[in-house]
Amino acid sequence: MSILIDKRTRLLVQGITGREGFFHSTQMMEYGTQIVAGVTPGKGGEWVLDGKIPVFDTVVGAVETTGANCSVIFVPARFAGDAILEAADAGIPLIVCITEGVPIQDMMQVRRYIIQRGARLVGPNCPGLLTPGACKVGIIPGNIAMPGSIGVVSRSGTLTYEVLDALQRKGKGVSTCVGIGGDPINGTSFMDVLALFEDDPQTDQIALIGEIGGTDEERAAEFISDHMTKPVAAFVAGVTAPSDKRMGHAGAIVEGGSGLAGDKIAALKAAGVRVAEHPDLIPEILG
Amino acid sequence: MKLHEYQAKQVFSQFGIPIPRGRIASSASEAKSIAQELGGRVVVKSQVLVGGRGKAGGIRLANSPSEAEEVATQILGMQVKGLPVRKVLVDEAATIAEEIYLGVTNDRSLQVPVMIASSEGGVEIEEVARRLPDRLFRVNVDPLLGLREYQARYLAASIELNRDLWREFIAIARGLYRAFQESDATLAEINPLVITDERRLVALDAKMVVDDNALFRHVELAEKRDIDEDMPAEREARKYGLSYVKLDGNIGCMVNGAGLAMATMDVIKLFGGEPANFLDVGGGASSDKVAAALEIILSDPNVRTVLFNIFGGITRCDEVAQGILMALQGVSREVPMVVRLTGTNETEGRRLLSEANMATADSLSDAARKAVALANERQAA
Repeated sequence: MSILIDKRTRLLVQGITGREGFFHSTQMMEYGTQIVAGVTPGKGGEWVLDGKIPVFDTVVGAVETTGANCSVIFVPARFAGDAILEAADAGIPLIVCITEGVPIQDMMQVRRYIIQRGARLVGPNCPGLLTPGACKVGIIPGNIAMPGSIGVVSRSGTLTYEVLDALQRKGKGVSTCVGIGGDPINGTSFMDVLALFEDDPQTDQIALIGEIGGTDEERAAEFISDHMTKPVAAFVAGVTAPSDKRMGHAGAIVEGGSGLAGDKIAALKAAGVRVAEHPDLIPEILG
Repeated sequence: MKLHEYQAKQVFSQFGIPIPRGRIASSASEAKSIAQELGGRVVVKSQVLVGGRGKAGGIRLANSPSEAEEVATQILGMQVKGLPVRKVLVDEAATIAEEIYLGVTNDRSLQVPVMIASSEGGVEIEEVARRLPDRLFRVNVDPLLGLREYQARYLAASIELNRDLWREFIAIARGLYRAFQESDATLAEINPLVITDERRLVALDAKMVVDDNALFRHVELAEKRDIDEDMPAEREARKYGLSYVKLDGNIGCMVNGAGLAMATMDVIKLFGGEPANFLDVGGGASSDKVAAALEIILSDPNVRTVLFNIFGGITRCDEVAQGILMALQGVSREVPMVVRLTGTNETEGRRLLSEANMATADSLSDAARKAVALANERQAA
């Protein structure tokens, strides 16, 4: 067991013929992910990845022919909102948007719409998901995690890899890793993923990786103290970030006193979460 | 991207929001002639992208064109919170009966836009939130529907606005929401929205922040960016699509990913060092981007050592290694460097760098420890 993706995932790649889409499709396929189709408007009818994967002009066409049940999006930011809507309208239940730099207004409308359609969105601006040994959707390097019982959820990209790598070095395996993305408006929150891990029999404990900005960590802390029985360890990046400076992620803005790393750490500790001083310490905390 | 007050007023005005008559001036004599046109009594307002202009003496009333010239001379020669004043807005002075607050921003927890109104305008809204929280009223807006008339009416009634002004207020509120949405803003604010002695509503101040990620579809707004207000290094970084923030320490950092960049700074500090900057080379960093990033880091004279922390995913380690090698050819300054490369194409990346003489590290804490030691050594020397 795992959450959200496994061996039965039939993946569609939106933007499969682009530079990043193509590179990472190759990597996902090598990892063993069942890629069933690609979509690039205007390139329908072509075959890619050694002629194994058919390319379609539209998502609905790809779904009808291949039965794809998950889509990963690599299209440029200005087209990403549309790509998510297209996937949701085609009935895809799980949509993972890797693209960074999607305008906030686009995301607010898209999010509202896909909730009505009953689809789950992970991202945007996220590294995707990895169920070690079974399925990789996105750009998380496959060789830095092995199967196991730790659930990982993170707002960051590369910092997630850092933690996965640290876990693997200590011989600790992962059930599923979910990168929810660093944007202020995103599809899936810490809380959503924590709830899934709590219900997943394969997951025994959880590593949560947060960062400054917003209040998602605080809400996660509340959820943990009210609903979680499994132990959680955390790291929150940005203790040294100066307030009111933009640190890359649109989400990582300290707004008027709230959103500070210190407040998030305090909230998590109060909920019984053990917070690591640096990411390399997560494996020790998880024991 | 923040807009200046005069720029935000121009945008608001396009959405039917009444603003005072006025124009922008970059010299005192210009300010004088604008005051003459406007009939004498004016407000001269410094145009800098920081709050608290009034308290700093950057906003002043002038009763005549010659007084406007005098006041403009003073304001154009001053700095507001370290920023030199290059332009002043000369607005016709309004007679103020009451001051209202009206603003739209995004609520990150609810993930929808929210419009806020208060009868306590003219002071910082954070202060109102602290002192008089029951005077703040909000409506959550469905991004697919926009701000509806009944929502604006609810705000008008809540702040106890006199009924004769409701129609005007509702038009302003809906105009402000449209300005916010159609300009891809993350904040659009009128503080104060005043009721004049003539019973009219006028936006005396205007604030607007536009989502950088949406500037591609707002060429007219992108052109408004005031590059004079940015630090040169930060301006250079933006040109290459890097995100860079200068800090006060001596360990330069080049990291891929914002979260990892912050964590790297945190770990440096934890081991007793001080980061010189935040720098995220971004996803899929190409070698010329990496080279540009290194030049920006080394343009800071405080930098004693540089730590590269690259965890490849979408970024490929060999590309980064090539960029480092490329940049090293053009670098005049001898600065020791610590490199930690892991992830996609790491073997090739390490092979490329093995020829350059650099300290390598195999984990974040190892890299940070080595960088702190090198920086301390250099600082002492």
